[in-house]
Amino acid sequence: MNLDDLAGRIRAAHDSHTPLRIRGAGSKDFYGGMLAGEVLDVAEYRGIVAYEPTELYITARCGTPLADIEAELAEEGQMLAFEPPQFDGAGVDSAGATLGGCVATGLAGPRRQQAGGVRDFMLGAKLIDGTGQVLDFGGQVMKNVAGYDVSRLLAGSLGTLGVLAEVTLKVLPKPVAEQTLLFAMDEAEAVARLNEWGGQPLPISASFWHDGQLWLRLSGARAAVDKAVARLGGSPAVNAAKHWISVREQTHPAFAASVLWRLALPSAATSPGLDGLRAIEWGGGQRWYAGEAGDAVRGAAARLGGHAVLYRAPESLRCLEGPFAPLSPALLALHRRLKKSFDPRGILNPGRLYAEF
Amino acid sequence: MTTPEPDFQTDRAALAGRLKMILPAHCLLVDDEDLRPYECDGLTAFRQLPLAVCLPESEAQVIDVLRTCHQLGVPVVARGAGTGLSGGAMPHAQGVVLSLARFNKILRVDRKARLAVVQPGVRNLAVSEAAAPFGLYYAPDPSSQIACTLGGNVAENSGGVHCLKYGLTVHNVLRIRVVSIEGEVFEIGSEAPDAPGYDLLALMIGSEGMLGVVTEVTVKLVPKPELAQVVMASFDDVARAGDAVADIIAAGIIPAGLEMMDKAATAAVEPFVKAGYDLRAAAILLCEADGTPEEVAEEIGRVTEVLRAAGARELRVSQSEAERLRFWAGRKAAFPAVGRITPDYYCMDGTIPRKRLAEMLSAIADMEHKYGLRCANVFHAGDGNLHPLIMYDAAKPSEWRWAEAFGAEILEMSVALGGSITGEHGVGIEKINQMCVQYKTPEIEAFHRIKFAFDDKGLLNPGKAVPSLHRCAEYGRMHVHHGDLKFPELERF
Repeated sequence: MNLDDLAGRIRAAHDSHTPLRIRGAGSKDFYGGMLAGEVLDVAEYRGIVAYEPTELYITARCGTPLADIEAELAEEGQMLAFEPPQFDGAGVDSAGATLGGCVATGLAGPRRQQAGGVRDFMLGAKLIDGTGQVLDFGGQVMKNVAGYDVSRLLAGSLGTLGVLAEVTLKVLPKPVAEQTLLFAMDEAEAVARLNEWGGQPLPISASFWHDGQLWLRLSGARAAVDKAVARLGGSPAVNAAKHWISVREQTHPAFAASVLWRLALPSAATSPGLDGLRAIEWGGGQRWYAGEAGDAVRGAAARLGGHAVLYRAPESLRCLEGPFAPLSPALLALHRRLKKSFDPRGILNPGRLYAEF
Repeated sequence: MTTPEPDFQTDRAALAGRLKMILPAHCLLVDDEDLRPYECDGLTAFRQLPLAVCLPESEAQVIDVLRTCHQLGVPVVARGAGTGLSGGAMPHAQGVVLSLARFNKILRVDRKARLAVVQPGVRNLAVSEAAAPFGLYYAPDPSSQIACTLGGNVAENSGGVHCLKYGLTVHNVLRIRVVSIEGEVFEIGSEAPDAPGYDLLALMIGSEGMLGVVTEVTVKLVPKPELAQVVMASFDDVARAGDAVADIIAAGIIPAGLEMMDKAATAAVEPFVKAGYDLRAAAILLCEADGTPEEVAEEIGRVTEVLRAAGARELRVSQSEAERLRFWAGRKAAFPAVGRITPDYYCMDGTIPRKRLAEMLSAIADMEHKYGLRCANVFHAGDGNLHPLIMYDAAKPSEWRWAEAFGAEILEMSVALGGSITGEHGVGIEKINQMCVQYKTPEIEAFHRIKFAFDDKGLLNPGKAVPSLHRCAEYGRMHVHHGDLKFPELERF
């Protein structure tokens, strides 16, 4: 499959008003709104196009498995710092998440609290818009303020603005040292301590609270990690690497729920007062709840200045509640205008982000 | 939607009459002598008097001004401190300048949540000063930070000497309040790690006042490192200094700052600040490590080793905070120092892959001969952002024309080397032609469609940041590159 084939498919769909459902490995088919339209399989459009360790970037095609990218980076001691989930083995035929899906969903893992999210590492993108036109935004350099920053806008846009044919991401060196500490504490204390530590120069790269236990990962220079370990107390965790993979991949029992809500909150927010708290991540900024009452969850998150995503649920419930918090009428109108500017006939992943477009 | 540059015709008296109805007298300037201070921003070579300057004091007044201008079809140019270097805040001849200078309050500094809510006219450095009692600071530190405002930083996606490690404005702003040209208020982003829908925050930041007017900014505050230390290394050869930068990154080190100055820059700076730079060196590198004292010691050790192996002829590590600040003082004063040795200078802002640095510098040396003008180079080496300072004398009209051509050639070379025409100063009016070199027709059309989604009459900062395709065709006609005619589909005139 080459770029022209891919663009041709989209142009044909545009001409015939055929909705397309863009699919890489399908590892995140569970995420977002309805899956509608003819499948546009982009998994075959794969491969690393350029990797320059000393320039700190990697460019790859959308169908490239994240596992391949991480393996290539690891050879040079580098990584995708936002620690995206790979969800390998999520589907029967799944080779694990692809780069395109990673950027389209904008899902980041435990290191998000220290390093930033997917959008923070976007340097450039080759996009095929809803008319089949190929557009190049951004580039491969760290600083580039020429034109609107469309590449970052694409992170989390769920394929509704175009097919992310090729993506350039900033990469970072892996930390020299890493150590995980365990603390026994309740929810309120965990949130309080995480925010207190967050205001101090400590090399905290991940946090995970579940069922009365807080896991805290420290990453950085050897001396900085050693000093923080001595200062923070707690007990050193064994099998920490495995634990963080289970958090990143959401195979940890905390995520086992038929209906799972993701709340993005200001890190210092008090408890939203909901039943079913399963886990707290990102220093308090990301909290997971099991349960079904959509209005109560959305209302509680909004009152605290955040929002709630119906992350994993049966399709019927996702259609009923909507996967993402509703937008104000003015913002929704702006979203529709933007959508229209990239995909005038609304053929790309209709309804995957919001039912309205 | 090729949006030809609209031809605005404003009835000045009618506009003034309408503005007087919505703004108190002390918030409105309409006389030429009062408008004069607003005729340019930091790029003084481009000047234009506006028809009026509005200095609103409340968001309600901002909404009124925008609604009025929208109704009358009058261009609006938002302005912070006017320190921008690309003419982004240069007024429109038929329009209004909307100054946010009076939005100068820090509304909240939240120690626990590590964030600050500020009005757009608050100075960058003032945020860090307000956060200092809590051991926190706002990371992006453009060199104009004592004067430039947060609103301007958002418009330009400003960087600074520490952005390799701590990111640009886009990485450090959590939420903004924006008023659209129609007077509608949007909350974009949130105090949570993300917000529902498209990442409009990323789109707005760096949009150069083309999409909306910011009335409030929430920024992330980060803990101040316990210690910072700088290594100063001198090199006999610019290429070697460039390689040393790559070696540091290859060693897995992301320094807090990594800057380079060439011989012309150190020669200009040293008599001015007495930073102790090695004046015989072809280039010097400043590499800063920050963190806990143990961490800094470890990193300085590793950096020193790498620099020595890369062929540094002299290495000095700052031994005190005073000495660290002195090493930096020269870099931070580079622009004014060059300003002392030449009547005028023209600052460029191209970004290139670090490995192409030597190539770029040797091309610039050739251009100095070609245009008969000197150029000093300061470089955010860590992230490939080069600031050549072209020296000229504005009193000699031909020199400005040469300086402009010199600058354009540097920017176009940046694109040819795989970089960008602007790393942090923005396109504004200055680099509008070079946008036609960096992007092709489809991308420029896409930018216009985005603009149209926010501002369908094209009233916000018209003529800036994104060129019309006609302008590109015109520019392409004058500058055919490598035989590759851009915008071939357009009629030439």
